[in-house]
Amino acid sequence: MATESPAISVENLVKKFGNFTAVDNISFTVPRGKKFVFLGPNGAGKTTTIKILTTLLHPTSGNIKVDLYDPVTEQQLARKSFGIVFQDPSLDDDLTAYENMDFHGAFYDVPKKLRKERIEYLLNLVDLWERKDDFVKTFSGGMKRRLEVARGLIHHPKILFLDEPILGLDPQTRNHLWDYVRELNQKEGMTVFFTTHYMEEADKNSDIIAIIDHGKIIVEGTSQEIKEKAKAETLEEAFLKLTGHSIRKEAGTAQDQLRAMAKLWGRR
Amino acid sequence: MEAVYVMWLRQLKKTWRSKARIIGSLGQPLLFLLALGFGLGAVFEKAGQGNYVNFLVPGIIAMSILFTAMFAGIEIIWDRQFGFLKETLVAPIPRWKIMLGRTLGGATTSSIQGIIVLLIALLIGFRPVSLLGALLSMAFIFLIAFMFTAFGTAIASRMTDMQAFPLVMNFIIMPIFFLSGSLFPLTEAPAGIKAVSMANPLTYGIDGLRGTLSGASHFPILLDFSVIISGAILLGLLGSYLFSKIEV
Ligand SMILES: Nc1ncnc2c1ncn2[C@@H]1O[C@H](COP(=O)(O)OP(=O)(O)OP(=O)(O)O)[C@@H](O)[C@H]1O
Ligand SMILES: [Mg+2]
Repeated sequence: MATESPAISVENLVKKFGNFTAVDNISFTVPRGKKFVFLGPNGAGKTTTIKILTTLLHPTSGNIKVDLYDPVTEQQLARKSFGIVFQDPSLDDDLTAYENMDFHGAFYDVPKKLRKERIEYLLNLVDLWERKDDFVKTFSGGMKRRLEVARGLIHHPKILFLDEPILGLDPQTRNHLWDYVRELNQKEGMTVFFTTHYMEEADKNSDIIAIIDHGKIIVEGTSQEIKEKAKAETLEEAFLKLTGHSIRKEAGTAQDQLRAMAKLWGRR
Repeated sequence: MEAVYVMWLRQLKKTWRSKARIIGSLGQPLLFLLALGFGLGAVFEKAGQGNYVNFLVPGIIAMSILFTAMFAGIEIIWDRQFGFLKETLVAPIPRWKIMLGRTLGGATTSSIQGIIVLLIALLIGFRPVSLLGALLSMAFIFLIAFMFTAFGTAIASRMTDMQAFPLVMNFIIMPIFFLSGSLFPLTEAPAGIKAVSMANPLTYGIDGLRGTLSGASHFPILLDFSVIISGAILLGLLGSYLFSKIEV
């Protein structure tokens, strides 16, 4: 039965960028209506996995399904099933906050009246209603982030991807947003797939945890199970035990920086 | 269909809000009109080619459309850099519709630009041969605008950084402009230049504008129209294909 199938299933997913393997043969499933958190050090492969699931990148190999559909071959159907808040900025700075929200509603076919109600509600939730007609380029980093998250919630998707949604947000906003996401999860059975570096937040807001490092999933289970396995008191302790205390010298990230520099200064 | 409209509207709003850019991009055509129109006019007429302003105005209109349309298309690189592209790429809308909305938006703003140049030309003494001709020229203006916005989109879909700008400028836009019969008649040009120009769709766009606005075209207007509409459709298809293949 359709409702019994998982919201997300990933089998032997691999993603290579040239010779570098960013996602190394991972498999997991996210049951419907659950809150799944993906933890891992910088450069572990979290964002890359999310980009593949959300049709932005093609996998090198592996089988994936998002709400029954293959994001590679059935992009359109897959896109209908999810919403996403990106880790990187994705707002149009030359539009107002309201326009950014309204255009998103149009992309996702939210009926006009409902769209208006939700935009007002969400902009109030993130405390931006007063600034709704200001251009996004005049916002602070945190305000942009708030708008970004609010925009992702307009269309109440079946599956919501949140890539480090609370990064740089104050505690008040964080709490408001999590309350709202939890409410959608409970009332509408929305599946939540998120990543974060705040262990407490991860523990509090998830049903299932997977820890990924160097492109491989090293452990998956409930918070309790992971703590037991690592013989740790807290999730943070378990995370550090499992992924090591050292800051990884990551080939990828250094390369990224070089690439960014090359882009900026170019070979002129 | 609302998605197409929204993408179109976005393009218009963004252009309208950067008035400096609108004014800035009028500078070049204005300079060409004045400097060449008055500077070369006498020589041109002495050579027995007739009124140079009548010859030049359609070329300059096309030039301003070419530049603004290509840049409107290439703006995708900007959206990629600042991230908004991702938002449109994950939306549950067929990508060709997003591309169509953008392209119609870019085509609309660059058509308006072309019309403004036409109005300026009226101020310095240019007179279209007939009202009907002036109306028909609008079709050419829009098709040229659509074609090159789509072309810009196609190019930008395969490029990831700003370095592409000077490359596109010098190796694509400039040759298209100079080898299109925009500034000098092709009848007198060497065979090589002539051959390249005949393969350049802008040549037919400009010829169509000359036919409708100045009443003297090199090719039959219907041929001009057929070439330019085929070019618009083909580049539209190419642009939406390449756009649909973007990964970020
Ligand atoms: N387009 C790309 N080209 C080359 N390498 C890439 C590309 N995108 C990501 N990578 C590399 O893949 C690896 C995984 O990156 P990813 O963004 O998935 O990490 P992450 O787990 O989301 O990290 P963070 O916590 O820092 O967000 C990194 O080493 C990164 O440098
Ligand atoms: Mg990431």
